[in-house]
Amino acid sequence: MKSLRFFASLALLAAPALAQQCAATVTEPVKLRVARKGVTEQRLKVSLPAGCHANSNTPIEAFLIPLKLTWTAGAVEAAATDYPKASMEKYEFSEKPISVVSGQFEIVTKFKRSATAQPGPGSLTGKLRYQACNDKMCFPPKTVELRLPLLLE
Amino acid sequence: MKTNLLRVAVAAMALTALGCGQAPAENAPAVSLKPGEKRNPAPDFELTDSNGRKVKLSDYKGKVVLLNFWATWCGPCKLEIPWFVDFEKRYKDQGFAVLGVSMDEDGWEAVKPYIEAKQVNYRVMVATEEVAQKYGGVEALPTTFVIDREGRIVSTHIGLVMKKDYEDEIVTLLR
Repeated sequence: MKSLRFFASLALLAAPALAQQCAATVTEPVKLRVARKGVTEQRLKVSLPAGCHANSNTPIEAFLIPLKLTWTAGAVEAAATDYPKASMEKYEFSEKPISVVSGQFEIVTKFKRSATAQPGPGSLTGKLRYQACNDKMCFPPKTVELRLPLLLE
Repeated sequence: MKTNLLRVAVAAMALTALGCGQAPAENAPAVSLKPGEKRNPAPDFELTDSNGRKVKLSDYKGKVVLLNFWATWCGPCKLEIPWFVDFEKRYKDQGFAVLGVSMDEDGWEAVKPYIEAKQVNYRVMVATEEVAQKYGGVEALPTTFVIDREGRIVSTHIGLVMKKDYEDEIVTLLR
């Protein structure tokens, strides 16, 4: 019975380990100071483990799930999003190169302050959606919930 | 809750113990498979196929089954699907069947156009969480189980393997 419990524990540890294999790490955004006028940039730092890749924001096929960062509108609004430059990589499973991102990269959002926003602290929520693979297998799409602290000047 | 956790643990343990498929020697007509008495029963399930018909795994007892968990967004799965179409065509009459279980969150909306485009000739279903859990959670795709005529799991392949690896197992089991 003891050995059954031991193997059951091992199996429970092994299953999530596979799921975590290509999980992205997103650095928690620091407080963003938003000036009264103009555009304020926020750089979201993301990293994927070695050997893993995610589809870029412009995958080559409609069936593939793109990298996508979205922010809810509030005191500031996302005016533009600059995704990292994708690289075209050929994998054992792909007939032709596919558009991917890997390693460490940044997604830059340009925020515009809304006309009615009052000065003071606030926050914004966002979502980063991605779908990662390595050269042999793929992992289900993931959504990372984000919170961006704001200071409106 | 504890019972469910234990079930998942035991299922995952059994699947882990089965390991990934062993690559057979080049040109080997047959492979050394896990002995029958060491094979675990494939958990039964009932799902609906793309034509709205019920599919029960236990109805396939007496056949060799290749049970493939896949998704439309999975590149390695896309490579394997034409192999499975070929296996279904060549071995169906010898008592073989491919069953595809999609893990797409968007269900048939994503799956139907895909299987039509790929001219999939075997039965495809959309997974439920319950079915995925019965098979260890299916955390990576493709995940494929080769099941013998008695409904027991012969091998588990997690990730892309060679077409020949599958075919050697199928041919050996059909003998």
